Amino acid sequence: MRRRRLLKAAGALGAVLAAGLLRPVAALAATWNKEAFAAKSAADALKSLGASSTEASSAIVIEAPQIAENGAVVPIEVTSNIPGTTSIVVLIEKNPFPLAGKFDFMEGALPFVKLNVKMGETSDVRAVATAGGRNYTATKEIKVTIGGCGG
Amino acid sequence: MAAGPMKMRATLGAGYTDVRVLMSHPMETGQRKDADGKLIPLHFIQNVTVKVNGKTVVEGQISQAISRNPVFSFRIRGGAKGDKIEVSWLDNQGETNKTEAAVA
Repeated sequence: MRRRRLLKAAGALGAVLAAGLLRPVAALAATWNKEAFAAKSAADALKSLGASSTEASSAIVIEAPQIAENGAVVPIEVTSNIPGTTSIVVLIEKNPFPLAGKFDFMEGALPFVKLNVKMGETSDVRAVATAGGRNYTATKEIKVTIGGCGG
Repeated sequence: MAAGPMKMRATLGAGYTDVRVLMSHPMETGQRKDADGKLIPLHFIQNVTVKVNGKTVVEGQISQAISRNPVFSFRIRGGAKGDKIEVSWLDNQGETNKTEAAVA
């Protein structure tokens, strides 16, 4: 009960206090794979995610422009048509840190995600879908005219 | 730029509900410099959660490679008018925000 009241209080407090108190609370609900996100190659990132062995699949559809004029906002849409897909990983192979996102789908969600990413240069975009303990992958090259990572 | 409000729209499609959400966030990569040539520290959303009627259906982990003011689309299997969709995020500095919308 005391813990519950503490949680409530944390929610009500101002920004400074809340930042300190909320962090451990949020950590209970959220995980973030630091090692995978710090990886400097797509292969290392996939290894950290436990998906180092993948097989190519045409059932993963990546919709993205062939040429992105602005590397700061590149729209990418990934659909997995593999039955039982539980997660989709998106990697920009030539970015300094290739892993852009990992999405876990529970019952009630379709294995689909659309997101905007930054791309430093022309690169393959790789999607990896996990279904039934196996990993499937597809890639698509996106040409970038102006990179979006520096400034 | 501090994190600002969110916008969301959830609409019924063919057999699924389309959820489109906009988050106001700088998504700093830690590589940009300010006017004085000092590096702007990393500041980006790390976790995105989608709930339908209180039940988590998508959990996303994202990096600083997601564009500033992130826009995401997700698809919920089926869905009905009035279903409550909630999307929340948490960034690397402990800031958090959420928004709710009913399926239209």
